[in-house]
Amino acid sequence: MSPALSLTAIGLVVVATIGIGLFGLRISRTTSDFYVASRAVSPRWNASAISGEYLSAASFLGVAGLVLVNGADMLWFSVGYTVGYLMLLVLVAAPLRRSGAYTLPDFAETRFESPVVRRICAGLVVGIGTLYLLPQLHGAGLAVQTVTGAPPEVGAMIVAVIVVINVAAGGMRSITFVQAFQYWLKLTALATPIFVILLVWHQPVGVLDSLHGAAADWAEPLSRAGGRDHPLYATYSLLLALCFGTMGLPHVLVRFYTNPDGRAARRTTVVVLALLGLFYLFPPMYAVLGRTFAPDLVSAGGDTVVLELPGRVFPGTTGDLLGALVAAGAFAAFLSTSSGLTVAIAGVIDQDLLRSRLHRWTGGDYVAVNSFRIAALIAMIVPYLAFTVTGALSLADTVGLAFALAASTFCPLLVLGIWWRRMSTTGAAAGLVVGGIAASAAALVNVSGAPQGGWPRALVGQPAAWTMPLAFLTVIVVSKLTPDRIPAGTARSMVRLHTPEAVDVDRGLPYR
Amino acid sequence: MSTPEGPRRVRVTSPRTSAARRPIMPTGTREIDEQTRLGQVYMQSLIQSQLRLTLAVIGGVVLVLGSFPLLFWLVPPTRTMSVLGLPLPWVILGILVYPVVYVAARIYVRNAERIEAEFTEFVGRQ
Repeated sequence: MSPALSLTAIGLVVVATIGIGLFGLRISRTTSDFYVASRAVSPRWNASAISGEYLSAASFLGVAGLVLVNGADMLWFSVGYTVGYLMLLVLVAAPLRRSGAYTLPDFAETRFESPVVRRICAGLVVGIGTLYLLPQLHGAGLAVQTVTGAPPEVGAMIVAVIVVINVAAGGMRSITFVQAFQYWLKLTALATPIFVILLVWHQPVGVLDSLHGAAADWAEPLSRAGGRDHPLYATYSLLLALCFGTMGLPHVLVRFYTNPDGRAARRTTVVVLALLGLFYLFPPMYAVLGRTFAPDLVSAGGDTVVLELPGRVFPGTTGDLLGALVAAGAFAAFLSTSSGLTVAIAGVIDQDLLRSRLHRWTGGDYVAVNSFRIAALIAMIVPYLAFTVTGALSLADTVGLAFALAASTFCPLLVLGIWWRRMSTTGAAAGLVVGGIAASAAALVNVSGAPQGGWPRALVGQPAAWTMPLAFLTVIVVSKLTPDRIPAGTARSMVRLHTPEAVDVDRGLPYR
Repeated sequence: MSTPEGPRRVRVTSPRTSAARRPIMPTGTREIDEQTRLGQVYMQSLIQSQLRLTLAVIGGVVLVLGSFPLLFWLVPPTRTMSVLGLPLPWVILGILVYPVVYVAARIYVRNAERIEAEFTEFVGRQ
């Protein structure tokens, strides 16, 4: 791998990101542009942007690494990431857009008419967002380290600085262009090396050999590769977390709000599913090829297989060029997901924590956009500090915990809030608290030293299968016990969430 | 002000029509806005048809996708069975899942939009 070439490629991505961001800033004229791209993004653009934002370091580097190390069971990761969008489509896409909410706390407040539920949600958005930003920074550090040998803090710092500049400068409008560009860059970067390898390879070693034969244990599902007990439980629990956690990720909802209406939200999601499916065809191929060409990476954790494979297959210029392309794609992954998360977290910090205080300190003498910019800075500083403290956690582990937390808190809130008229405010709060505590407790135990083997380890390692039903059950039971706390405006909320825009009805709020 | 010459114009209407005419024609949207029982029934039927559709898609996913881990668990030969030169789990989880999910999404969107179009037509009508 040639550091000079890779660094040039990363530099180009960074320049292109800032360049497109600045271009977005030039046309980002109004506050509405800034926050929601004026809700005028077409489904194609928006779908590219959503996919660009969603395909994070965990998808670009993590999935291939996981499959390489832990075998076929890890294929469920990319399946779950995709099916998560299908669940989002059928359960929440159009109603969420019609809710008129910009962030999850907004949704919670208008639906449950309670500042308390709003504050719990704000805390959870910051928590889940930070948990999800950590692996992005970690991935960036890893990529720069693999390419140049520099310490991980360097790569993380580069991503953090660029994201804050871009988000603070251009807001949502510029981010939309940047992320749409980054989806196609990521797909190209991941697909090209595979095609080149398949086209050029004429050696006696077959590219699919690692899947067959005596040493192909890893290619079997449920094989306990990677030393996990109860693989069947782990598989189902993982699938549940990914399928139902996606809708609760903070950066996903913000993106839906940029659709012009509920119908466009659905159509956008369908395009997203096509784009995600296309992308996820490639990471498993890296794992298959990695088993043949870079078997030493299996014991090294595997997260760098995507970055290192081109150089292993083609020593020389071809490998250097492809390696540089992949490094560029990886950087696009860190930048786009981090940008989306930062926009989402900053939106919440801005609205729920900062705006009122700024107002008080400055006596009302401030510009709303500046509050958002300060919030963007805070939104990145916190995870960066956490990153320097926590050091190395596996990419997919932290991401998995973020999904489990989202599936145990925002998923019940959204699904029941949208479809169940008898959900009470107390039920909503109780569900968030119980699900949140259960999932974060599992995450903490996992990070601070998981129990050795057996059921305890399986239950803590993949908590969604018990924390998510627990949260749903809590909401339902508490709502049944507190029927007098059902929000008075529930009927109007249901009209707002479900009636198509073409019908002229009173939605309780002006349609935004 | 001058009084008009001649007899005043009088509108002649049948008492029957005036008795039968309802003041304002209520539409479905009015029923919904005023949250009458009928309006609630309209909304409930919309939400229920959408929910049924949603649950059908989720049921399909659970049934199809959810059965694979169990299949691999219960019938070990399926773990290594070769299809088109690839092990079966890799074909399903690495390739086939994606077009199937996409088609499911297309079908869902078409039906959801049909339900909405019917609802729009129905409550928009007098």
